[in-house]
Parts: sequence; C-alpha cells; structure tokens
Amino acid sequence: MTASTNDVEVVHRIGGSVDEVGAEARAAMLASRSLKAEAKLWGLDLAVRCCDLTTLEGADSPASVRQLASKAMRPAPLDHSIPHVAALCIYPRLVPAAVEALKGSAVAVASVATAFPSGQSALELRVAEIERAHAEGASEIDSVISRGALLAGDDTGVYEEVVAAKKACGDAHLKVILETGELGSYDRVRRASLIAMAAGADFIKTSTGKIAPAATLPVALVMAEAIRDFADFSGRRVGLKVAGGIRSAKDALRYLVLVHETLGTEWLTPERFRIGASSLLNDLLMQMDKQRSKTYSDSDRYTVA
Amino acid sequence: MTSPVWDYAPAPESSDVVSLRDTYGLYIGGRFVEPASGSYFKTINPATEEVLAAVPEASTEDVDAGVVAAQEGLERWTSAGAPARGKYLFRIARIMQERSRELAVLETMNGGKPIRESRDVDIPLAAAHFFYYAGWADKLEYAFAARRVEPVGVCAQIIPWNFPLLMLAWKIAPALAAGNTVVLKPAETTPLTALLFAEICEQAALPAGVVNIVTGGPETGTALVAHPRVDKVAFTGSTEVGKGIQRALAGTGTRLTLELGGKAANIVFEDASLDQAIEGVVNGIFFNQGHVCCAGSRLLVQEPVAERLLSKLKRRLETLRLGDPLDKNTDIGAINSRAQLERIQNLVGIGVEEGAELYQVDCELPARGFWFPPTVFTGVSQSHRIAREEIFGPVLSVMSFRTESEAVARANNTPYGLSAGVWTEKGSRILWMADRLRAGVVWANTFNRFDPASPFGGYKESGFGREGGRHGLEPYVRLS
Repeated sequence: MTASTNDVEVVHRIGGSVDEVGAEARAAMLASRSLKAEAKLWGLDLAVRCCDLTTLEGADSPASVRQLASKAMRPAPLDHSIPHVAALCIYPRLVPAAVEALKGSAVAVASVATAFPSGQSALELRVAEIERAHAEGASEIDSVISRGALLAGDDTGVYEEVVAAKKACGDAHLKVILETGELGSYDRVRRASLIAMAAGADFIKTSTGKIAPAATLPVALVMAEAIRDFADFSGRRVGLKVAGGIRSAKDALRYLVLVHETLGTEWLTPERFRIGASSLLNDLLMQMDKQRSKTYSDSDRYTVA
Repeated sequence: MTSPVWDYAPAPESSDVVSLRDTYGLYIGGRFVEPASGSYFKTINPATEEVLAAVPEASTEDVDAGVVAAQEGLERWTSAGAPARGKYLFRIARIMQERSRELAVLETMNGGKPIRESRDVDIPLAAAHFFYYAGWADKLEYAFAARRVEPVGVCAQIIPWNFPLLMLAWKIAPALAAGNTVVLKPAETTPLTALLFAEICEQAALPAGVVNIVTGGPETGTALVAHPRVDKVAFTGSTEVGKGIQRALAGTGTRLTLELGGKAANIVFEDASLDQAIEGVVNGIFFNQGHVCCAGSRLLVQEPVAERLLSKLKRRLETLRLGDPLDKNTDIGAINSRAQLERIQNLVGIGVEEGAELYQVDCELPARGFWFPPTVFTGVSQSHRIAREEIFGPVLSVMSFRTESEAVARANNTPYGLSAGVWTEKGSRILWMADRLRAGVVWANTFNRFDPASPFGGYKESGFGREGGRHGLEPYVRLS
C-alpha cells in the first residue's frame, strides 16, 4: 500500500497503540537471545560500523574533538581489521574542527542542533542552527522535537517543526530525537515516531542522552514497530538510532538482535541503524579481542579517546 | 563477516549437568524399587530419537504396592504436623530452584520443548507452585473459614506429557499441603523429570510413602484409577481418557477432578495493539509446539484488521527458530512423540481436504526426530474439523468476525471451555466479553500466563475442578 506521506493525517491513518506489558515481555524475550562464535563477532563488527561516536559536553574543544575524530577513523590503531565508526556526533560549534579532522575519511560529521537537548528556543533560531551546521559541513543533523508541544497534544505543531528542520537540512540526513524518557508512555513514543517519519525524518532517535531513562529495549522495539508500519504504509524505510546509556557490547548486541528480528536484515546496516555512544566503542573492541583470542586484554590497550 | 544474513551460531545448553541412569526403578515407600513385573520400556529424546533410559512398566501389583505405601505414608505425614509439612514443601521448592538447570535440561531432552521454555517457564513455575502451597500447609483453616479441614487420603494422580514437571507440581503441591499422600503416574513418553523429582524428595528427607511415582502406560493408569484404596483421582490429559476414568469411577465414591482438552478462541478486536496481539497469537499456539490444553488454537480476528494482522503474523512466523531444543535460541522444538506427530499430520491433511487454505513456514526440518513446521489455516469455517477438534500441535485456524456478539457465539460454539483470549484496548469490552465467554480462564491482552495463586480449570468437556490458588486446595480436603 502506498499513499502520500507529507501529511500529519498519515499518523492517524497508520494509528495503532502499544500494550505496555506485551511490548516489555517481547523486548525481554529478544534480550535472552544467545550469540556465540562468529555470530557474535559479526554483531560486534556491525556495532562498531553503526556507532555514532559522541561527545556532547560543555568542555568539548576543537582539540578534544580532533582526538575523538582520530579514534572514529581508526578505533584500534594497530588492528586494521577493525572498521571505522559511522559518524562523529558533536555540538554545532565544533563542526568545523570535526570536518577538518575527518577530511578524506568515510566517517560522517553529525551535529546536534535545534537547541539541543531541550529544544526550548524559537523555531527560527533552531532552523538557523541547522542551516549553519549544515553549511559548515555536517552531513547529519540530530535535532530534537518539542516534547512540550507533543504532550500538549499539538501533533500538527510538532509535525511542522520537523518539516521545517528537514527543509533546513538540505541534503544532510535528519535524525529526529524523540527524547522518549520525557514522553511518559509507549503510545506517545509510537505517535511521536509516526509524526517524525511523516514529516520526513531519515532516522528516528530515542534520546539526547541528557535525560534518564534514555534508550531502553522496549522503547526501541516500539519505535522499530512504528518504522515497520510506516514502511508498509509508505514504502519509505526510516532508520533507527538508539542513544543514551548504552555502554556494554552486550547491550549493543541486544539492540542489534531486536532490530534484526523486528525490521529484518535490511536494517542491519549503518544506513538504517545507529548507536549513539561514547564509552561503548572500547567495550566492543575488547569483546572482539576476547572473542578471537579467548582472553581479555588490559583496558590500557584501548585508547581513551 | 560481511554476510547480510545474520545466522545466530549454535548456542546449545550443555547436557553435562544431567546424569542419567541406564535403568530407573519405581519410587515406592521412599525407595527406588525394581518392578514386580520385571518389565521396562525405553524412553527417548523426541528431537533425536536417541534412547535416554529404561523405565519400569508398573503392573497392577506394582500399583498396589504404591497405593499401600501411600496409605502407610499417610500416618507419617499426618503425625509430622502442619508446620512440618509446610517446611518439607518449602524445602522441595528450594531444591527445585537449586537444581533448576538440571531439571530444565532433562525436561527438554525427554519432552522436546525448547530449553528457553523449560528454563524460563516450566521449572520456575513448578517451584513457584511448591512455594505457594507450602504457605497454605499450616493455614488451611483460614482457607476454609469456620470449617473443619481434613485430608482426603490417598490421591492417584495422572499427568500428561506436555508440561511433565509443572503438571506434577500442580498435582503434588496442593495434595501434600492439604495433608494427603500421592501415587503419581507421569506420562509414558516423559517419565524422567518425575523420577528426578523422586530424588529431590529423597534429598528433602520427605517421609517415606508420602510421594510415590509409578511409571507406565495406559494399563498402569487404569490399574491406578481402579484401585479400591484410592480416595481421590486427579487426571490431566485427553477428554477421551477423562471420560473413561469418569465412567470407571461412577458410583465408587472416589473423588475426581479432570483437566482435559480445549479449543480456545483468541479474539482480536480492531482496536487491539496489533504487534502485541501478534505476540499473543504466536505465544498462544506455538508455545510448546502447541502441546498446550489451553492453546489459542482458533484465532478470531475482526474483519477490518484481518488482512493486516494476517500479513503481520506471517512475517512474524518467518522469524521463529525451529530446531535443536537444547539450543538457547530455539523457539519451536520437537513434537513430543511419533504418535502425536502422526495425529497432527492427519488433522492437517483433513484441513486441506476440507478446503481451508494452508500456510506453512518454509523451514528446514531436522532429519531425525519428530518435527512439524508452524502452520496457519485461513479460510476456516466453524464446521471444519480443524476448527472443532483439538490438534495439540503448532496449527492455528483463523476465522474472522464482525461484531462482539458474533465473536462470543463463535468462541463458545465448541464442546470445550478451558480458556479464551481477548485483545482490545477498551476495558469495558474486555469485561463484557469475559462475562459471556464460557471458558475457565479468560486472558485479556495476554495469553498462556500462569500463576500459582490463580485457579485454572474448564467448562464442559474441558473438565471440572480447579487447580491453583485457594480453589486448588478444595479437591484435596474433606470439610465438615
């Protein structure tokens, strides 16, 4: 079935609801999958490739971003079998430094924008922030939605803001952060997902990482199911980004299993799945070494940034 | 490393934790004894057809020895006193938890169910039943206010092969808590966890004769039911055998409870949360390969969402993993026996002949063992045999409906009445449906959920009597 998707009405036509108990039970079941041997190694490698290596601190500087950019391109300097990550995710002011540092590599520059993390500034300022980040070379924009508007029932308002953000992005990819930890119910997570996708989001993303709870498996499941329903309706395949609190390789693999069994193998690619994280990368590297050598290495064998 | 298809590597649970004996004895009077019959039968792993052990075929004489031992045990059990009876039951529950991995692996090896289910459902629930009824042991006068409560006596209990240890727990825990002693016969194809439970009784130093386990086939069961010194019979199994037991006991004064077959309707309304309803439908019919008396074997779906639900269901079935039951990622294990596989194949053949449309997942079945792929029939009519008869396998019959009344009429139009499921976001509709569905259990927005505190049992040809909860004590007490 295909239909016009540039319309907030799409949200109500796809509709649907989420049963909390059932969604949590399904997520828990998926979390019990056991990955061994080459299946585990393949998953760890994919997790590295899907990683948006992130630093979003007031203390970030061009120099610290250059350090992280180097890690993004070569997560394990002595092991060339380890792939580069998908993107480096930073604040807008650091986009020029990141672009410079990543020049010539396939690692994308992703900038948060739209008064991250709260989104509480005027729409024209938020739009200008996207335009500036894009003009300075960011090829991916992580924007936030107005949770206040969504909670007040203003679906059209949220929809129009995402449409404006998408327009400001130009040819950059738009990831729309729902900040699910502030939405209060899985039904609202589903509605926000559908609004963002109908408005043109290339990715929908769980969280800013500044609010707890951030990404959880049931939230990711509910968003993946919304992505599936939207793809059935419109034919357009939107990506999923989970972010916030994902620190261990085990957690990352659980998200990959969830995506695999909900959306299928077509989503097992950095084009359609991302993990936003900072400390996760070293655990992925450590677990890959462990899987190959059967022993754990000292943590100082992995670079801090 | 670049494979676009992510095949999970084998992740088998080790069977080292189980130490099987070549030959088992009958557990009578607190000891493992050789059968007077001198005859044994082999019990196998249905996933591999490999012989696991030889188990005694109890004769009439052996059954008699079991009942006599239970009668002798009655005095020891009575004189232990209620607090001590509770203490023994708590002890058994704890040992079951401590040995849960061993029990789970053995349950899977002998019955064919996925280790994920025996590990996460069967064994924890079995232990939970003992914990629950342990609590009642010294509080029976509060369960039945202002009544004098006495045990019934010797209980003969016959259990099926679909949840061997869990059904044992449902039977033994309330009987012992109420002060009775038992002779239990596990199913012919799945005797091993019951025999391991006998070892647990020994480990718990349970007084001799309180629990007796006799293994065997239908003749052993017939001898046990007909024994004149049995005070109460509890049976879980097929409706046909249940009717035979009721006939045999008519006029004898022996108490009887029966938990028999089912053909449950799982009813999905247009406003249901569809993805979660899909999980409920899958769990309803494919849990334990559909070897579940309360399985949601008839899917009734409201017309506006029928097509969408069906396409979602088919997509979901593609992700089910069928194979080695000991693999931690297996969703669908082996069919319990060759006889059951043949029965499923026969009924599915009849469904095709009757004109229903067959959909089967295209999955590779292992070369050895008994297997049947997840199967969905659409275009099923109320008059088709696959809509009426219990298949007891991974076979779902799908029908659509338009109104609430029609859903109720279709759901109730069956000789059975064990369970039903209702999927809707509207609370008042759940209550309206539950009032009208003639089923012992009505699940709302879930399916196949069990709790020791919740009574379970049937209407009509699904049997009578309740197991679980305070209600589950009633068949095991004499009130005055």
